[in-house]
Amino acid sequence: MTAVVSDPAGTQSPATRGPAAGRPRPRRPRVGRTILLLLFAAYFFVPLYAAVDFTLGGSRRNMGHTLSVWTGLVHQDGFTTNLMTSLKIAVGTVALLLILMVPTMAWLHLRLPHMRRVMEGICLLPMAIPAVVIANGILGAFKSWPQSITGSSWILILEYVILALPFTYRSLDAGLSAIPLATLVEAARSLGASWPTTLWRVVVPNIRTAIASAGILGAALALGEFTIANLLLLNTFPVWTDQAGQQDGEVATTAAMLILFLSWLLLMLVSQLGRGRAAKKPSKLRRSK
Amino acid sequence: MSAPSVELVKLSRSFGGVAALDGLDLTVEPGTLTCMLGPSGCGKTTALRIIAGLEHSDGGEVRVGGQDVARVPANKRDMGMVFQSYSLFPNLDARDNVAFGLRMRGWNAAKRRERAGELLELVGLSEHASKYTHQMSGGQQQRVALARALAVEPRVLLLDEPLSALDAVVRVQLREEIRSLQTRLGITTVFVTHDQEEALSVADQVAVMRAGRLEQCAAPAEVYANPATAFVAEFIGTMNRLPGTLSADGKSVEVAGRSLPVREPGSRSAGVVAVLIRPEAVRFEPAEEGPATVRQAGFRGPITRITAVLPDGTEVLSDVPSAAAADLGPGRRAELVLDEVPVMVV
Repeated sequence: MTAVVSDPAGTQSPATRGPAAGRPRPRRPRVGRTILLLLFAAYFFVPLYAAVDFTLGGSRRNMGHTLSVWTGLVHQDGFTTNLMTSLKIAVGTVALLLILMVPTMAWLHLRLPHMRRVMEGICLLPMAIPAVVIANGILGAFKSWPQSITGSSWILILEYVILALPFTYRSLDAGLSAIPLATLVEAARSLGASWPTTLWRVVVPNIRTAIASAGILGAALALGEFTIANLLLLNTFPVWTDQAGQQDGEVATTAAMLILFLSWLLLMLVSQLGRGRAAKKPSKLRRSK
Repeated sequence: MSAPSVELVKLSRSFGGVAALDGLDLTVEPGTLTCMLGPSGCGKTTALRIIAGLEHSDGGEVRVGGQDVARVPANKRDMGMVFQSYSLFPNLDARDNVAFGLRMRGWNAAKRRERAGELLELVGLSEHASKYTHQMSGGQQQRVALARALAVEPRVLLLDEPLSALDAVVRVQLREEIRSLQTRLGITTVFVTHDQEEALSVADQVAVMRAGRLEQCAAPAEVYANPATAFVAEFIGTMNRLPGTLSADGKSVEVAGRSLPVREPGSRSAGVVAVLIRPEAVRFEPAEEGPATVRQAGFRGPITRITAVLPDGTEVLSDVPSAAAADLGPGRRAELVLDEVPVMVV
C-alpha cells in the first residue's frame, strides 16, 4: 500500500528507482494531494455554500438565518404547476426513452452487432449539435403534427429523449455487453418464451442496473434542461426559476438549489445502485463457502 | 407420450457462401441418444441449432415424429437444450431457473416449485436450490441447465457440447449421469461433441460429420472397428499410417515385411499406399537387430503406449500391456509385429 502511495501513477521510470524503491517514501505526495483536493472542493463548494447561505437569508444581517424562503417556495406563484410540469416531462422522457431504447439495443446486440459503431455515432450526435439546432430541427420535423403536441410539453419529451441518447446508449451498451445475451435469449426461447416475454423476463432483469442508471440520468436531464424549453417558450421548472430570478433573487436561487439537490439525489441513487451490485457478489460468494 | 424420432433430410445451410451443412441426412431413432461428432467447423452445432429452431436452414427438412417443423418457431418446438456456455439466468436461483419453462407453460407457483424440486433432486442438487449462478461451480451450473431442459418434459433433448467447459473429472462423471438419465427417461437425444471418447462412451449411435456431410452413422463399436472412410478411421481413436504396397489383385497389402488382407478390396489401385492400423493391432518385440527404435514409452496404467521409429522415419504407435513394456524403453531396438486383421488402405 505504501509503495503505491509513494508512486501513485508509476511516474518513475524503472531506471531511476534505486534499491530503496520499495521503502515507504515521505508523505509529501499525500499532503500535496490533500491540498489539491481541498482547493477543488473549495472551488465547487464555496459558491454552493454562498448560494445556500443566501437562500437562508444570510445576506440580510439584521434578520439572521431563516428557512422562510424555502418554506415559502411552495406558495410562490407558478412553483407547483411548473415543478409538476417538469416532473411529468421527466417521467414521460424516461418512459419513452426506455421503451424505445431497451428493445432496440437488445436487438442491436443480438442481430446487428456490426452496426453498434454506427448506432453509437448516431446516439452521440446530440452532444455535438448545439441545443438551438436540435430545437429547431425537431420543430421542423414535427411541423405537421398537431399544435397540442408541438405547442406543449410533449415536444419537450421528444427533445429530451434525443438529448438523453448518448447516456442511454452508453449505459445500456455496457449493461448488455456484461451478460451472455445471445445464450440467455436462446435458452429462454428454447424453454418456450416468446420474444416479448424473453425481453421482459430475461433481458430486462439482467440489465436492470443499466436501465436504472439510464433512466435516472434521463430524468436528471429532463428536470434541469433550460435552453431548449426557453427557446420553445414553454414553461418548465428551470424556465420558471429564471423568470422568478428577475423579480426575486432569493426565490430563484432557492429553486435552483432545490433542482440541484434533486438531481444529486438521483445521481447518488445511480452510484448506489452500481455499488450495491458490486458489493452483493462477494458477500454471497462468502456465504456459499 | 412415446418419444418421437428426429430426421434430418438433405439439410443445408451456408454462411456467407461457405456451406456449413451440405445435404445432411440423419435419423435418430425414438428414445435413443445420437452423438454428432466431428472437428470444429464440420456443421454439427449448426445442425443442432436448426433442429432447435435457433437457426434456419437453406434447404432440406427437419422432421420430428414424422412432422416437418420448419414453420414452428423455437419457443413452440418443445425441445430441451443445454448449451456449451453457461446459460442459467443470473437473476434467478437454481429452482427458478428450472421452473422457467414451466412458468412459460402457465403452471401455477406451487406446482412449479414441486416439479423444480423433483428435477433438482434428479440431478443431485436439492440442497443448492436457492443458489444463484455465481455461487455454483461449472458442473453444478450445467446440471441445473440439464434439469431446466428436462423439467418441461421436452419431446427431444439437445445437448450442444454441454461438457466442454468443465474439467476432466467432472466431464466424465456428468456424461455418465446424462447417459443414465437419458436411458431412464427414454428421451430422444442429440448430443453434439468434438470429443470422440465422449461420443463413443455415451451414444447409441455416432454420426461422424465432416464439412457439412455425414461420413458415417453407426453404433460406437462399429464406427471404431469398421470405419466407413479414411477420415472416420483417423478421426476416431488413434491410427498408424504405414507405407505399404498393394498387391495386383488388391486383396492384400505388403507392410513391414508382412502381408495383410485388405478391407474393401478394389478401393485403391495396386502400388504404393498408406495402410491404417490401430495401435492395439501393433506389437513390438524386443530384438537387438530389430528395425524399429523405441523413442518414447508412455505409461498409462494398465497399458503403455510405445512410440517407435522405422528406418524410413515413419512413427509407429503401439499399445502394449505395461507388464510387457519393461524391455521397450527409449533407445531399445524391436521387431514390428502386426496382427493379421483386415486393414484399410488409402
